[in-house]
Amino acid sequence: MPKIDLSINLCNIKLANPTILASGILGTTKALLKRVVENGVGAVTIKSVSTEPREGHKNPTVITFEGGMLNAVGYSNPGVDAAAIEFASIEDVGAPVIASVIGTQKEDFVQVINRLSKSKFSAIEIPLSCPHTPGFGMLAEQGTPQATFDITSAVRKVTKLPLFVKISPNIPEICTVAKAAEDAGADAITAVNSMGPGMVINIEAQKPVLSFKVGGVTGDALRPIAIRCVYDIYKAVKIPIIGVGGISTGRHAIEMIMAGASAIGIGTGIYYRGIDVFKKVCEEMTQWMQENGFYSINSIVGIAHD
Amino acid sequence: MIEQPIMVRIFDITKESPGVKTLFFKSKLNFEPGQFIMVWIPLLDEKPFTISYFQEELAGISVLKKGLFTNALHNMKKGDKLGIRGPYGRGFSIPKTLNSCVVGGGIGMASLATLTERLGNVTIVQGTKTASEIIYRERFKNMNICTEDGSIGFKGTTVDLFAELLKKQSFQRVYACGPEKMMYRIFELCNSRYIECEVSLDRYIKCGFGVCGQCDCSGQRICIDGPVFPSNELSNMKDFGKTLILKNGKRAYC
Repeated sequence: MPKIDLSINLCNIKLANPTILASGILGTTKALLKRVVENGVGAVTIKSVSTEPREGHKNPTVITFEGGMLNAVGYSNPGVDAAAIEFASIEDVGAPVIASVIGTQKEDFVQVINRLSKSKFSAIEIPLSCPHTPGFGMLAEQGTPQATFDITSAVRKVTKLPLFVKISPNIPEICTVAKAAEDAGADAITAVNSMGPGMVINIEAQKPVLSFKVGGVTGDALRPIAIRCVYDIYKAVKIPIIGVGGISTGRHAIEMIMAGASAIGIGTGIYYRGIDVFKKVCEEMTQWMQENGFYSINSIVGIAHD
Repeated sequence: MIEQPIMVRIFDITKESPGVKTLFFKSKLNFEPGQFIMVWIPLLDEKPFTISYFQEELAGISVLKKGLFTNALHNMKKGDKLGIRGPYGRGFSIPKTLNSCVVGGGIGMASLATLTERLGNVTIVQGTKTASEIIYRERFKNMNICTEDGSIGFKGTTVDLFAELLKKQSFQRVYACGPEKMMYRIFELCNSRYIECEVSLDRYIKCGFGVCGQCDCSGQRICIDGPVFPSNELSNMKDFGKTLILKNGKRAYC
């Protein structure tokens, strides 16, 4: 029987398996990234970096509910100068590292990418789709087809690294946005960011629980929406898709790959199953592939399509 | 488990020192010494606190007045409501029969209080800057007290007093909570004498359940891998005693 191979080639980056640590989860320090790699991840994403340090929103910033997680962290990060120090010699991490870069205008993205250029990141991701931080993403209309095209084009000019554009599930014209990113030179689409925003009210306190009142919804509730988005985007673009949203088991991962994803992001899965969720997902994928006669990830990508 | 605050009413308030109040509330938490809860004041903020009193259906948090949030807690009255979620994290290990010592610096004593009760026969060291800051004097009658200004007890820090005690006796296990520099020195003293040591670390905490990465200390998440760490793990944590991560993710010296 042929050996099952989980390794993939994503935009010329070699990953030992298709799992990627999604941005905003545990990506604060090099030590934590290393720890995630020890737990079997294929690639990791750092917590998004802006030009200046940001405190983010006050607590509570992350809560859970029956269907998943709700967060409004608000892009807290030490700013690019401190991040360049934290993530210097990033190759020590032991797996490809993706730099998530944010900005309030396209010049900010360029500045952050230039400042990080001495570190050996494997790719750049620009999330143009955060639903809960004023000045960024959806709250700054960075997720429209035109803005996505403009920012992606500006970033494309200053980096030769593979460029991933992370898009929102909240817009009906999601394929138009993905196409705009592709036309502007993106190498892959990361789909999707958190949805909503949503709100949880504590009825005894009679107040919303998150300090920012609303937050992005992730986890189980997001999964069917993410699957549909990836399915639609797969038909609209030629570049690979990193499918993110509610994946915490091998079956979820296979489902996402069948919808058209070449790799899969995991974030909230750490809440559901612990920091070794990556190892667990890979083991479950391997077992499923064994039972169903698939030997490579590539042979599963997009097979749910007609 | 759904990670959301549950509202509880303040059942009683006691004054531990001019700067420290204990707020009691009724709750059936499944709490182990060393764990913490997140305390929420709607529209203001949410911060981690250890449970410093744990009796049947009654729990208490001892709060040092320090900033905006703890000030708001100090201004609360009986019957006011607080949000709590948790308990979170790994607490102290409690072996059946060991000759142990707890070392509390300042409000760090609050983290050791329920452990001290659980251990029973234990040597207690508590140190503060001055006499009025000593807490739980009625609760733990046999404490070895020290103050930096010498206004009561031994004149010096908890590290000085602990080193003095070690001249006369040894311990099989030492538990420490207080400023990180202090805990680091206690850890070093213990290492040099082959004494097992456990310390409870303090970092800025956001989620409390291990996903956000805010409370990292050398790849360990304080909220879920800790907050209590034993010597063998501390030895591999380069940030321990040196740097911590601020709310914005910047590193700062302890």
